[in-house]
Amino acid sequence: MSGMILRLDDVHTDIAQYHILHGVHLDVPEGGVHVILGRNGAGKTTTLRTIMGLWRARKGAVIFKHHDITRMHVSDIARLGVAFVPENMGVFGGLTVAENMRLATRDGSFDTARLDRVQTLFPPLKTFWDKQAHALSGGQKQMLAIARAIIERRELILIDEPTKGLAPAIIRDMIVAFREIAAETTVLLVEQNFRFAGALGQTVAVIDDGRMVHHGQMAELVESQKLQDRYLGLSMAAAE
Amino acid sequence: MSLAVEQTGAPRQLPMGRLLVYGTVGLIALALLFAPFLFPDVRSQEVAARICVFIVLAASFDLLIGYTGIVSFAHTMFFGLGAYGTAIALKQFGASFTSIALGGGAGVLAALVLAALIGLLSLRVKAIFFAMVTLAAASVMLVLASQLSEFTGGEDGLTYSIPRLFSPATELIADAEGKAVKLFGVALNGKIALYYFVFSSSLALFAVMLRIVASPLGRVLKAIRENEMRAEAIGYRVVGYRTAVFCIAAVIAALAGILRAVWLKYTGPEVALSFDIMIDILLIVVIGGMGTMWGAVIGVVLMTLASYYLKDLMALGAEATASIPLLPDLLNPDRWLLWLGVGFILLVYFFPSGLVGTLMDRDARAGK
Amino acid sequence: MKDLNATFERFGGVMLLPVILAIIAFVLIGRPATWITLTAAGLAMGMMIFLMASGLSLIFGLMDVLNFSHSAFVTAGAFVGATVLGWLTLWIAGSNPVLNIVGLLMAIAVAAVVGGLIGWFFERVIIKPVYGDHLRQILITVGGLIVAEELILMIWGGAPLPVPRPEVLTGSFIIGEVSIEVYRVFAFGLGALVYLGLYLVLDRTRVGLLIRAGVENREMVEALGFRIDRLFIGVFMAGSALAAMGGAMWAGYQGLITASLGAEMMILVFIVVIIGGLGSIRGSLLGAVLVGLMANYVGFLSPKVALLSNMILMMAILLWRPWGLLPAVKR
Repeated sequence: MSGMILRLDDVHTDIAQYHILHGVHLDVPEGGVHVILGRNGAGKTTTLRTIMGLWRARKGAVIFKHHDITRMHVSDIARLGVAFVPENMGVFGGLTVAENMRLATRDGSFDTARLDRVQTLFPPLKTFWDKQAHALSGGQKQMLAIARAIIERRELILIDEPTKGLAPAIIRDMIVAFREIAAETTVLLVEQNFRFAGALGQTVAVIDDGRMVHHGQMAELVESQKLQDRYLGLSMAAAE
Repeated sequence: MSLAVEQTGAPRQLPMGRLLVYGTVGLIALALLFAPFLFPDVRSQEVAARICVFIVLAASFDLLIGYTGIVSFAHTMFFGLGAYGTAIALKQFGASFTSIALGGGAGVLAALVLAALIGLLSLRVKAIFFAMVTLAAASVMLVLASQLSEFTGGEDGLTYSIPRLFSPATELIADAEGKAVKLFGVALNGKIALYYFVFSSSLALFAVMLRIVASPLGRVLKAIRENEMRAEAIGYRVVGYRTAVFCIAAVIAALAGILRAVWLKYTGPEVALSFDIMIDILLIVVIGGMGTMWGAVIGVVLMTLASYYLKDLMALGAEATASIPLLPDLLNPDRWLLWLGVGFILLVYFFPSGLVGTLMDRDARAGK
Repeated sequence: MKDLNATFERFGGVMLLPVILAIIAFVLIGRPATWITLTAAGLAMGMMIFLMASGLSLIFGLMDVLNFSHSAFVTAGAFVGATVLGWLTLWIAGSNPVLNIVGLLMAIAVAAVVGGLIGWFFERVIIKPVYGDHLRQILITVGGLIVAEELILMIWGGAPLPVPRPEVLTGSFIIGEVSIEVYRVFAFGLGALVYLGLYLVLDRTRVGLLIRAGVENREMVEALGFRIDRLFIGVFMAGSALAAMGGAMWAGYQGLITASLGAEMMILVFIVVIIGGLGSIRGSLLGAVLVGLMANYVGFLSPKVALLSNMILMMAILLWRPWGLLPAVKR
């Protein structure tokens, strides 16, 4: 477990009567951005939600920094230092941007220096600080969702498809932001957008039909057309 | 709950639960069929006719709650529309079959229109919303019935005569002296005709519902209940189907209302519209077992027996404990609903599929 | 049409509805003095219904539980309040206005506490095991309603119970031709105070922030590290206490109560919650004021269709906005 911040060992997850994950193995090294790639319905989101405790693994173990979090309550997992940015962003539309951010702090108060940094990273949040979040654009909501995850330092940030539906210009801003975030913490990213993932990721895992079919360095996958054909041909065909 | 499907492939084993259910239903059917001869006293006939009508009423409610997963509190409203339509027509236009047909028809039509309206308006939102909307609608109907007293007789209700054929003074088969012929010591008079009118109509309606449940429509409903999103994705118009079932159930309830009105020769809020009836139906369906037509049959009989015998039992208990504080109050026969309510809650916790459902599930599990 | 909509939104949107209703009624009624009396009555009634509805709406919004037993809490509150007022007859009927008011407030407070305790019991024993299962929730809370109603009948009997009204709150303020019952002013004031309190708690405190966020997206609140289920019991108790409080005030208003009080009020409460939109305190207030005004105006113009008019109002609003006027959640 040396150097690993998160390990999934033979994780099986069911949703209602459907078996979604059939024994997922995953090692996430400490620091940097790590990516899970896979087509729709392959089990990416389920993997993230199982880590977060939002769905329970029927079998197997999820280990976060020596803690077995397989059966822990969502909020306890969050308190251990795991942040979660869901696919729908989970922004509270009826609350202001400020209130959304305040909820993401443990005790309701901001570290001003850090808040400044986050607002510099995502300038619209400063502009709309006292506006209700439902008035934000899709990209701004995504910024808010990510800002909530980094307003205090967390050990591990789980992010589900942050580029979904975003304009290319915003995606470029996001890449810059993620590089900065990855300098101080570990990010586990689920993506379908290979260009975005390839620009950021250090390691990559490809999931298909509830199983990990490939582990490796991202650089290796970016370089090798053969690997891309084998894994992404099958798993990313629909992505771009 | 499709029997044919579940039985194929299961190892040969005596399905005790299922046998018990069918045996009981068979016994009940026989008892109801021969009720006028088996239990000739007036009160028992009253009970038998009530059971017939309530089986239809409860089964039609089960179409909603059990087969479609929607909770309506307006079922007695439709029942009442049928009953009041019939009653008002009989009162205004005299005791004829034409009155029954016209009034009952108007009641059924009103039920259909109202059901379609409520369904289209509120079924597209959320099940829980629907429960509230139907509750509000039913309450308004109850208030209307008591306020429009020139038509409905208000709180007192309406008393009226029914066609001569159904009168106890009518001989179906007269003997030489002009008296009704007796069979097994029971006079074959108009009352018998009326009972068999109620019985056979109820049987026919129940058969129609069994048919609906087994039809392609029934399978679509099941698909919707199991997974609404998936059904929607496959392309079923969920709101349309739900509204259709809501309308069918409303019409059947209204038809049951006609039977009730004709049998009782009286219609009032207490017997046709009140929330006590709604609660009764709900208890019947849940106790019997949601999503099984047979559950309605067994539930009605159990509830009826409970309403008579539980009270007697509690009266005994109250007497026996008269010297202890509190207990006699709890065992007062007027409080029988209290114990039924407690039983109901426990049932929903521990046997959510009701008596019939639990018995049949056990077979299904044993068969695997 | 679009311009009309924009103008409507600019001048307060749905919050304008009670004003529009009042203006229509003013034209129809024709006599200003009568109109003022009816408006006051409608606002007072609206405030009492608001108390009953807000709890239901909030509980639904946060926990996704529609509590059909809610009406039993209202009835229980009414009877507890009436009983306490009966004990305090000397204070209530005396000529000292301070004791009058203190007595009434005590009755309402005791009702609220009892309501909260019943709520605690309900949440722990009846509802907790069936979170997330709507059908069973409806069934089990209906079962709870049956049991609670029977217990109320057992304790207080079926006969109507007279409720003494504090001396200082009897009679009416008379200004010119206008007469407004004192109790109505009191009810309105107390209701407004409770609304203000709720507003402050929800808007200014951290718990309120958590509740508002939880109403929108419970899962995300947990993913941010908070145990939202620990809030459930508190919100449930508060909602039940509000219902009982509304019941106690309604009892004082009616003067004579029966065990069916809660069930009768529940129709209006449901209409209010549906009109206002689930999970929203502001929506409950708006719905309650609309329903209260409608009941009083129509009750004066054409008594027989008073309840029907609110039903039609609900239908119309559902056609216009299927989620209600100010929903906090759309699910």
